[in-house]
Amino acid sequence: MIRRAPRTFAEHSPILFPALMLVVFFVIPFSLMIAVSVFRRVPGGFYEPDFVFSNYERFLTTFFGGVMSFSLGLAGLVAAVAVGIAFPFTYRLVRLPRPNQIRWLVFLLSILSLSEVIIGFAWSTLLSRTAGITNLFVALGLMAEPQSLSPSFGALLAGLVYQAFPYTVLVLYPALARFDPYLVEAARTLGASPLRAFFTVVVPALRNTIVATTIMVFVFALGSYLLPQLLGRPQHWTLSVLITDQAIYQSNMPFAAAMAVFLVLVSLALVGLALLAGRREEVA
Amino acid sequence: MPWRKLNTVVASLIALVLSAPLMVVAGVSVNAKKSLTFPPQGFSLAWYAEVFTDPGWRGALIASLVVATLSAALAVVIAFPLAWFLWRWRAPWARAFEILGMTPFILPPVITALGFLSFWAAVGEYGSPWTVVVSHAVFFVTLPLVTLSLGFGAVDRAYVEAAATMGADDRTVLRTIVMPLVRPYVISGFAFAFVLSLNEYIVAYMVVGFTMETLPIKIFNALRYGYTPTMAAVTVLFVSLTALVFGLIAFFGDLPRLLGAWAKHD
Repeated sequence: MIRRAPRTFAEHSPILFPALMLVVFFVIPFSLMIAVSVFRRVPGGFYEPDFVFSNYERFLTTFFGGVMSFSLGLAGLVAAVAVGIAFPFTYRLVRLPRPNQIRWLVFLLSILSLSEVIIGFAWSTLLSRTAGITNLFVALGLMAEPQSLSPSFGALLAGLVYQAFPYTVLVLYPALARFDPYLVEAARTLGASPLRAFFTVVVPALRNTIVATTIMVFVFALGSYLLPQLLGRPQHWTLSVLITDQAIYQSNMPFAAAMAVFLVLVSLALVGLALLAGRREEVA
Repeated sequence: MPWRKLNTVVASLIALVLSAPLMVVAGVSVNAKKSLTFPPQGFSLAWYAEVFTDPGWRGALIASLVVATLSAALAVVIAFPLAWFLWRWRAPWARAFEILGMTPFILPPVITALGFLSFWAAVGEYGSPWTVVVSHAVFFVTLPLVTLSLGFGAVDRAYVEAAATMGADDRTVLRTIVMPLVRPYVISGFAFAFVLSLNEYIVAYMVVGFTMETLPIKIFNALRYGYTPTMAAVTVLFVSLTALVFGLIAFFGDLPRLLGAWAKHD
């Protein structure tokens, strides 16, 4: 069986179904969304075909600017915190004996796949007055009486980092699992402390991986749409929340679509950067 | 060695923080009274029973399981021929479809959700229950695509050569050699898509949110009317089911390899 280019129709036929499904149910909806972003909204929750840029002009308002800069700042903060914790953690994880490693991976995958609804519910319970962590502080004598810690910016940040942490570990996992341990052993033999070896050998060697992972986590955090509603106050709403709100509750599909197109462009540019950073590592 | 101790302490601390919200929810779910208190007052499994006896919760549970099963199956049916084609033939142009299959998973989910919303509204099927199956299948096709690409990549082409030399055609090779070797990857791809579909909110909400309730939608809707221990019970059931599925994948398959680490025998 020679691996050559397919020639006949029969040889091409297996790809027909997947190609058709992806074009009809991904490319077309995606293009449609871009089209809707230049449609004109008509009162009553509908829109008609047109070619206007008024939906994009709303980006110039201070309200949108505020939401946009808050979303980007929040995603950046989440990415920095998550990578800061996950990198040393994953570095240790890949050196654990295989059964322990697998137990951790199952645990992390389970948290990663949890619905945002569930994470939001679990954190708001943990931070609530009646069932929350403050009851423990009261019992330990650290606090006078239990209080509610949610909604607040801190609660939102905790929830987002919680959600992003397993993702960050799993993005870092392949690169760290393949990292040559002899580099560290060499540094240790030459008298470097474990901490010094970590910061002067491991971190610089994997600098591009760290950059690429930070960007991927940034995009991941940018996509969070429920936690800002469940754990934050209205001023903590992100672009994803605003898009959902405009599409469903304000019935303004064209404006929602315009914001979504903007979010796509930001995300794709960032993913492109991440791939570029990742590739440079492979060459080096 | 103080270093080792410090590592253990830090790892335990991370494990504690990761499980704290879930432990509180588990505690709340066994409250005797209809209140969210922790530590729980009294002990009762009534809230777990309510998930199965209350028609609303049971309906949502069944809807979620049906949607997750069908959409994961469809995702595998889309991903398998594509991954096989890319492995069998030299066709660089077909990589474009692989990239298409990866894209919805990388982009913020609200974008895919909005695309589906405009699409189903345009074709006049907005709200039909089956649309969420197709939407989830396309949204999660990335997972079986990734596991199957790994699976086909792991097939030793020497076996295929040997079979072909002895006169086996493509179909026979696929059925007798390739299929048994990639079966674990088919199953894990299905399982990943199943679990994620079960937990997915935004796409399901935008596509069928006003006509049917999956469990995440039901939990979110219930949150607006105040918290009840039933939600906590559903959450515990969900987390256990999720952990069970990944536990099975780890038991029957090579989880570190699936997640991108080199296998020991490489």
